[in-house]
Amino acid sequence: MNIHEYQAKEILRLYHVATPDGRVAQDAEDARQIAKGFGGQAVVKAQIHAGGRGKGGGVKFAKDPDMAAELFKQMLGMNLVTKQTGPEGRKVQTVFLSDPQDIARELYLSLLVDRGSSRVTVLASTEGGVEIEEVAEATPEKIFRVTVDPALGLTGFQARQVCFSLGLEGDAFKKGVGFLLNLYKLFVEKDCAMVEINPLILTEQGDVVALDCKMAFDDNALVRHPDVLALRDLNEEALEEIEASKFNLNFIKLDGNIGCMVNGAGLAMATMDIIKYHGGDPANFLDVGGGASEEAVKNAFRIILQDPSVKAVLVNIFGGIMRCDIVAAGVVKAAKEIGIKVPVVVRLEGTNVEEGKRILAESGLNLQVAEGIRDAAEKAVASVR
Amino acid sequence: MSVLVGNDTKLIVQGITGREGLYHAKGCRDYGTKVVGGVTPGKGGTDIEGFPVFNTVKEARAKTGANATMIFVPPIAAADAILEALDAGIELIVCITEGIPVLDMVKVKRVLPDYPQCRLIGPNCPGVITPGKAKIGIMPGRIHLPGHVGVVSRSGTLTYEAVGQLTALGIGQSTCIGIGGDPVNGTSHIDALKFFQDDPDTHAIVMIGEIGGSAEEEAAAFVKAYVTKPVVSFIAGQTAPAGRRMGHAGAIISGGKGTASEKMEALQAAGITVVQSPADMGKAVAERMRK
Repeated sequence: MNIHEYQAKEILRLYHVATPDGRVAQDAEDARQIAKGFGGQAVVKAQIHAGGRGKGGGVKFAKDPDMAAELFKQMLGMNLVTKQTGPEGRKVQTVFLSDPQDIARELYLSLLVDRGSSRVTVLASTEGGVEIEEVAEATPEKIFRVTVDPALGLTGFQARQVCFSLGLEGDAFKKGVGFLLNLYKLFVEKDCAMVEINPLILTEQGDVVALDCKMAFDDNALVRHPDVLALRDLNEEALEEIEASKFNLNFIKLDGNIGCMVNGAGLAMATMDIIKYHGGDPANFLDVGGGASEEAVKNAFRIILQDPSVKAVLVNIFGGIMRCDIVAAGVVKAAKEIGIKVPVVVRLEGTNVEEGKRILAESGLNLQVAEGIRDAAEKAVASVR
Repeated sequence: MSVLVGNDTKLIVQGITGREGLYHAKGCRDYGTKVVGGVTPGKGGTDIEGFPVFNTVKEARAKTGANATMIFVPPIAAADAILEALDAGIELIVCITEGIPVLDMVKVKRVLPDYPQCRLIGPNCPGVITPGKAKIGIMPGRIHLPGHVGVVSRSGTLTYEAVGQLTALGIGQSTCIGIGGDPVNGTSHIDALKFFQDDPDTHAIVMIGEIGGSAEEEAAAFVKAYVTKPVVSFIAGQTAPAGRRMGHAGAIISGGKGTASEKMEALQAAGITVVQSPADMGKAVAERMRK
């Protein structure tokens, strides 16, 4: 789960990780007052869950309180398009004002769980404020990396190594070490998946400060962090995806016209692949999971059919825990209650497959029963031609 | 001979009094696995459907001689259940539980080398089966056929798909290992490939990969250096849009790393037969075994 910059910075403050003074403005007048409180100037920042905001016009400098109010009005409700939002962009619902800093240097710092080493890894670079992936690709020697032993945590010497690599000296060096040790503590205690500080700045006054912050959490651990879960912003998630999550369905909308309902993420991806292989285009990824009920299957159908571009549905179930008879009953229920007007191809295999096929056959519904994954894909693709 | 599980497997189930745990304990017993009991803290001394229940893994091992465990403990407590099994010296630990916090698994992974006699499979996996002999896991036993193809995969249902195709062609399996879809897990593709290469009963290997990470690329290098048996592979997620997460925590593409095409190229360069369509896994094995 991702959170907004302003929320991430509140968590940083809780852990005594330095970040500029900042507040969310409620209205234009509030924005004016906040800027006044900063001595007249402010950085006005649109809050969306995507990077590249600056280039998209979502981060602007206000020279005086009136301009802060004006920028607030411009940004609130604007459709912000960045490299990471896709062409449809994201509507700005929150605007954050930050106290401007006197920047001496821009650095890069992030923590993440690295699957290669199966450990938390710290990445640091003197090339902050830019596209770090490009830096990593062009000049990998400029990325400094430290891997943390979970039994020891981030050690003092490792934090010092990182801060030396960033070229910090004297008082700023000491501040940097404290900053990093506190950030690691936060990362572990809150079960983060990734924390990225880009840029991390050294100010003219010699402070080490998180100018921006992206924070992502491990979804599997949210159950032990109700405070973090409370920060979830449903405005940032696609409607169908929120609805699917209510039924424990894993749904992602795609651009094609063949709706897919599959059990298991691997088979769901393989089903998308084989549709494409036979010349079709999947409309979604949908994993009904291992123990889905009749009701969940019905709702999966409803969510798939909400998309007007769906011209056919392919159900591909290889039952292990999931029983084919339950899937079949859910399909029949969906057909009777919602009414399905597009061709439906059903491929069932595995646990209770005979019972499942019998339910489909006796339903009197116009379903195409497929034998095997190739037959299923061919029939689905043919039905939209 | 077989890999990991066989006639000498004595299995306990951690979380046996839960709905899933009990259902699959019975499923394994019905398939022929010797299920000697289970563990649920606080319910020791009782009996459920003919399975003796113990409070701790240590006690269960001492009283039953168990050498394998299947874990169905809820996600928040599952890493601890793995640690308990390691501490008790259980040789084969199969963790079925899905949704374990990744930092919990980071700790487990840290201590695994301290227990060289123990092998962790999973978490978030369907388990291990040696067809006709024994299974530890949630896979439907009846789709399998005893034979000589080793199957390894991160994904559960896609493994069933591969097995179903093989069985339909009359090609049996030596052992099928689901290593699980989580980013931090106990057994890698390479570990499984090594088991199969060293197992005289395995004549060919199916390796099913997924987008994200670099496990398949590393496996390709291993195959090139070490594996002499024919290997067939499919990578799921060729059409997945970049940057989206497709259910498995592992299946994330970022920054152009771990894409399907990169993985497929690496596998092909190592002499592996890579099928583009998941419908062709069985057929490709038949062709490679005929040569």
